Amino acid sequence: MKTLKPVNVAIVGGGWTGLAMAKEITGRTSLSVLILERGAPRKTSDYAAGMDELDYAIRVRMMQNIADETITHRHSMRDAAVPVRQYGSFLPGSGVGGAGEHWNGHSFRFLETQFVLATHLREKFGAAHLPENLSAQDWGVTYNDLEQYYWRGEQMMGVSGKAGNIRGQKLAGGNVFEGPRMSEYPLPPLKTTYAGLRFKEAVEKLGYSPYPHPAANASEAYKNPDGISRAGCAYCGYCERFGCMIGAKAQPTNTLMPILAKRKTFAIRTGCWVRRVVHKDGRATGVQYVDATGEEVFQPADEVVMATFTLNNVRLLALSKIGTAYDPMTAKGTLGKNLTHQVGGASTRIFFDVPLNAFMGSGALGMMIADFDGDHALSGSEGIVRGGTLSVGTSGNRPIASWGGYPAGTAKSNWGSEWKAASLAWRDKVSGVGFTGEHLAYRQNFMDLDPQYTDRMGDPLLRFTLDWTEHEHRQRVYAAEIQTKIARAMGVKFEEAHPAPVKYNVVQYQTTHIQGGAVMGASPETSVVNTNLQHWDVPNLWVIGASAFPQNASGNPTLTALALTYRAADAFIAPHTSRSKGAA
Amino acid sequence: MRRREFLTVPAAALGGTLLYTLAREPMRLQAQDGSVNIPLRFFSAAEARVITAACARIFPTDSTGPGATEAGVVIYIDRQLAGPYGRDKYRYTKGPFVESVPEHGYQGKETPREIYRAGIASLGGFADLAPEKQDATLRSMERTTFFQMLRSHTIEGMFCDPMHGGNAGLIGWQLIGFPGPQMSYRDEIDKHHGLPYRPKPVSLQQVVGHPVHGWEEEKDS
Repeated sequence: MKTLKPVNVAIVGGGWTGLAMAKEITGRTSLSVLILERGAPRKTSDYAAGMDELDYAIRVRMMQNIADETITHRHSMRDAAVPVRQYGSFLPGSGVGGAGEHWNGHSFRFLETQFVLATHLREKFGAAHLPENLSAQDWGVTYNDLEQYYWRGEQMMGVSGKAGNIRGQKLAGGNVFEGPRMSEYPLPPLKTTYAGLRFKEAVEKLGYSPYPHPAANASEAYKNPDGISRAGCAYCGYCERFGCMIGAKAQPTNTLMPILAKRKTFAIRTGCWVRRVVHKDGRATGVQYVDATGEEVFQPADEVVMATFTLNNVRLLALSKIGTAYDPMTAKGTLGKNLTHQVGGASTRIFFDVPLNAFMGSGALGMMIADFDGDHALSGSEGIVRGGTLSVGTSGNRPIASWGGYPAGTAKSNWGSEWKAASLAWRDKVSGVGFTGEHLAYRQNFMDLDPQYTDRMGDPLLRFTLDWTEHEHRQRVYAAEIQTKIARAMGVKFEEAHPAPVKYNVVQYQTTHIQGGAVMGASPETSVVNTNLQHWDVPNLWVIGASAFPQNASGNPTLTALALTYRAADAFIAPHTSRSKGAA
Repeated sequence: MRRREFLTVPAAALGGTLLYTLAREPMRLQAQDGSVNIPLRFFSAAEARVITAACARIFPTDSTGPGATEAGVVIYIDRQLAGPYGRDKYRYTKGPFVESVPEHGYQGKETPREIYRAGIASLGGFADLAPEKQDATLRSMERTTFFQMLRSHTIEGMFCDPMHGGNAGLIGWQLIGFPGPQMSYRDEIDKHHGLPYRPKPVSLQQVVGHPVHGWEEEKDS
């Protein structure tokens, strides 16, 4: 194996968190930083020619090639795991910028109670009234600790929205259930569509508090504190699974890379597949990877930062034999514990009598309510301890995926003349009131290495043991009742949702919010990394990203992953302040 | 290499701008006697005839407008199967292959090419059956992987960008009022409430001003 010239910091993964870390370190110290990215380089000018639904949204061309690496899944320890052979329930990104290139731009702050969830739930409901096998944990940091870092992320991306709580003052039109923020959003909200207006009017009639989705899709031209300028959103409808062709959606390649590319202490190598973090006597010494030519190389480094997607952060730790594997039987060990996804899926379909022109849209464009988020609306009699948000979104309907919507019973078959006529009659008139709920962590949902299936290199795949519980079913039932109320108040034709208990399904897309496995916390007994995202056993190894979330909130994870990264960067940089160069 | 086969269709049946939308291999196109020969990449002419007939039952040409035949869905499917997708270059295909619960999706070893070959063989003389018989045949195989794939591919071929071989002459997008990939709706997004806003459809090539190639054109590395 070839050994390369040492660097100060090797970062595995060139997505949001890896690039944000690199920018902070190279901006505020003289350390040399190298990013190893498995995928290809990317830039804004690539993206106009990628506005193709088939290749990018259906065949998911921007994702990791699943032929090279996937996960296996089983519903419980009693079952045999099989590989996820084609993408379905979530879509891991690849290439410079990672999934931050083809995300929708939803940029939420998590509720204050989320960060102290275990303590909060015990206090509010009593330990005896919590769901069976709950393994909720406090994060070890509070909302107040993170506020300044949230703000840094929002400014960097130019988040568009309306604040509902500034320094404790509740403001109509924003999310009044949110923790206090120090400032209004950097940009005003995106424009509102017809469907969004109808939702807004209906929930206001019901006494709820609607607000526009906070969006990293810039509502107008924006210059961030780093001096990076971006255009305002064109509402073209090609966000999710696409890179933004005008750079209006904040992406790592249009916010962080332009700065990093100019720094002499920064380098990024693409096509590099990291297979192991090399360590000795409790210190990481570098990373071992296969480069674009297929050669196996060792890159020595003083510090290693793992900034890949949740799946690979956890898998790389396991393959590198760092930490103690979690054992669900004894609940001992920490690596792989608290695997969570997101609770959604049973939206109430609504049918308008007029066209929506829903081919127009933006990734995070929509109206929502947080009246049933967290547990502020729950008394304990509902059978659930956490809820979620409800919304109508308009992210842009593309013709293949949106074809075939009509009220149940309008056509007997899903092919043929009658089906075609029904689909044409209801074309562009169908939408949905959706629910996005918190997914609690349970003792039995975890990740480990699969004993049978391997990746292209011959390394074991990551195995998910994951299923929905009664709590998630009840969350969906709870949400469906509210969805019905809203749909009725909207005055549209709708289909009442009656969610049946379901098993976890790898085929249907849900969200790409996979959390946990290398969770953060205040004690090495219950967490993999400390509150600075530093590995408890290997202090010069930093494991950043949503793998650190002890459980999932209702909001999308990116902004919180970024906030934690900024906080980790401050801790990383502190010992090097003698060499500090000031602002990043 | 097998002898290249052709699909012969009446020029008027496809889109209406056939020569333009299929111009990727213009030398091979022959518009003689009102018909054109389209070079097939995967199907034999006989197989293409069966798929054309089946797609025409899934997405028929009828009083509500054009269907799979006019959109050139069979050409779309032929190209997909000839490309990396057809050979499962983007699916995890390491064994062992074990059947599992429905929540784990298709776990089989067969590639889309193999599924089509076997599926077409099982359809036998389908193309010569009366429409009612054709529907009954398809109805009996609705739960098969082949039929579900064929149905999905038919919808894809109706509404994909024409660079993929389907949606000939943007006929699918015209049918449903989809304008294609437009650069900006900034001045339109909050207008037209309750009223149809239907810009004239454009293809991706028209929008970006240069030819764009689909993933199916990518050569194996």
